[in-house]
Amino acid sequence: MSTETLLTRRGLFMKAGLLLNGVVAAALAVPIVRFLLSSVTLGRANAYTAWVPLGRVSEYPEGETRLATFRNPFVTPSDGKTADAACWVRRIEGDQFQVFAVNCAHLGCPVRWFPQSGLFMCPCHGGAYYRDGSRASGPPERGLFEYPIKIEDGVVTIHAGELPTPGPNAALDRERPPCA
Amino acid sequence: MRVISAIGDWFDHRLQLAAPIRDAVEHPVPRNSASWWYVFGSAALVVFCLQLATGILLAMVYVPSADEAWSSLQALNHQVAFGWFVRALHGWGSNFMVAIVLIHMVQVFLFGAYKFPRELTWIVGVFLLLTTLGMAFTGQIMRFDQDAYWGLGIGASIASRVPIAGPAIVTLMLGGPIIAGATLSRFFTVHVFVIPGTLIGLVCLHLLMVLQLGINEWPMPGRLVRKATYEREYHELTRTSGAPFFSYAAWKDMFFAAFILLAVGACAWYFGPFGPTGRPDPTIIQTVPKPDYFFLWLYALLSLLPPSLETPALLVGPMVAIIALLLLPFLSGEGEKSWKRRPIAVLTVMLIAITLGTFTHLASYTPWSPHMDAWSGDPIPEPLLRRTTALQRQGALVFQAKQCRNCHALGDSGGERGPSLDRVAVRLTQYQLIRQVIQGGGNMPAYGKNLSPAETTALVAFLGTLHPPNQTPAREAARDFLK
Repeated sequence: MSTETLLTRRGLFMKAGLLLNGVVAAALAVPIVRFLLSSVTLGRANAYTAWVPLGRVSEYPEGETRLATFRNPFVTPSDGKTADAACWVRRIEGDQFQVFAVNCAHLGCPVRWFPQSGLFMCPCHGGAYYRDGSRASGPPERGLFEYPIKIEDGVVTIHAGELPTPGPNAALDRERPPCA
Repeated sequence: MRVISAIGDWFDHRLQLAAPIRDAVEHPVPRNSASWWYVFGSAALVVFCLQLATGILLAMVYVPSADEAWSSLQALNHQVAFGWFVRALHGWGSNFMVAIVLIHMVQVFLFGAYKFPRELTWIVGVFLLLTTLGMAFTGQIMRFDQDAYWGLGIGASIASRVPIAGPAIVTLMLGGPIIAGATLSRFFTVHVFVIPGTLIGLVCLHLLMVLQLGINEWPMPGRLVRKATYEREYHELTRTSGAPFFSYAAWKDMFFAAFILLAVGACAWYFGPFGPTGRPDPTIIQTVPKPDYFFLWLYALLSLLPPSLETPALLVGPMVAIIALLLLPFLSGEGEKSWKRRPIAVLTVMLIAITLGTFTHLASYTPWSPHMDAWSGDPIPEPLLRRTTALQRQGALVFQAKQCRNCHALGDSGGERGPSLDRVAVRLTQYQLIRQVIQGGGNMPAYGKNLSPAETTALVAFLGTLHPPNQTPAREAARDFLK
């Protein structure tokens, strides 16, 4: 047996030292990775979304679409105004509502409502949507994002809290423009 | 003088740096490489140093909190002496840095400097380009205004399209469920610590390789690179006709660096700082967000791609481009260096430059965006209303009131999303106009549910008058036949 393959005392210490550092690094890595991923794990635990009130039903005239604002349910101390959000509330009739995110389903720019033509238009890439939120024209692959709604004691509440984004299945959600 | 030299010797005896520094600055370069074409790399480094210095100055006042960042930018602009100028230097410096890095890359590509043995220098350079663009994007977010806020939303929308992991990536990127305090804090960390640290490390590596391997010689048509012989030939070249970098070539770098710094300073002084635009308040939706100039081409591309191609183009396109850049030195590591004998290389550069230039130009006036105020703000050109009937005038009112003008121009004003309608009656018959208005199609929404029959009749009567005086409107051939 040649001397090179023999494990010397120094060689053993060197390897033990490396192993020791590896073990310590792995032990430290667990809390550090958990720290880095904390925003994702909090989301998995449903800490972000909640039912948010938007005001009384009577504040929204039938057949009209109005801009409403609400405070995000999950807030951190440095958020300031950025924790506020806006949404488009459409009261069809009675207790029938639709609430749309202002974020365009294409890339998230804020869409504006034009009651005269009954269209939502996006200023960024020219996406347009009909009054029921379905896609009318332009680059969006789907209709506007809709919040789940419930009416409780005459108050419109929506399930909100996360920035709406198209997600991986944007192309699958595509709706055909309805024929007039 | 003797005292200074004694102090110098005392330090050098301990630091042992004088000899390696002398070797580095006096390393021989091929005489014809001491050209004005070889100044862009050092200029990029000088602008990077300017960015480091001005960035540190800005960080003394800037507050990386979503609640206060915008106010601290206002304080920099209006309260701190020359705060506006330091902001302007940093903003213009970033524009110049992106531009110079791109010019440097094109020069290196056209001069074949990425070929053997400088493949790794090129690869590190590709990562330097990516980190520079990363600095540009994150820097735009430090200017925490409406553009930054909605720009983050666009970034999140793109990231969300990644298969399976998309939503998790968005939450990780934003640091929470929405664009808020945690988002700005982490982008600040990335802009101020992570990317600059990486950039400094990569710049050192890049420079070290330039010194070790020597600067690329001026490419001569017909002098081919061969792995077996290149290094011997290069050393022969620098030995016989080389000259010390300092000061044979360095003075050009110095002149150009001074010129670039002066240009950044002049732009900063004359044009001032960028923004901030409106307060980043998500409830203010009357805003038209737009990226800074280096991402305008992407803004245009996202408007013009067919919807079905968008996700693949967004996710696969950048990957393909980066992999192609990284593979370049392995695919053509040998052979001709001179651009005079590499027509495909020249055409590729021209094609990319023209494409990016065209997209950037388009994005400067965004013909795809509706003009949100055209319906209420733009007047109907007076000649179009001359000698019109009451019905036709009513139609002109419908045209404005239903926001048709936001996408269709009359005269030279109005949106450009749809075609200009000055001659629409020549193109479409009355029936075709009715069908187009009611059913939409060809990227136009259907107006059937939003127009009463009377409004449609009036609108089509007005549209029927839109033709040049010497051309008759289009009419149905079948109608003549029925008569």
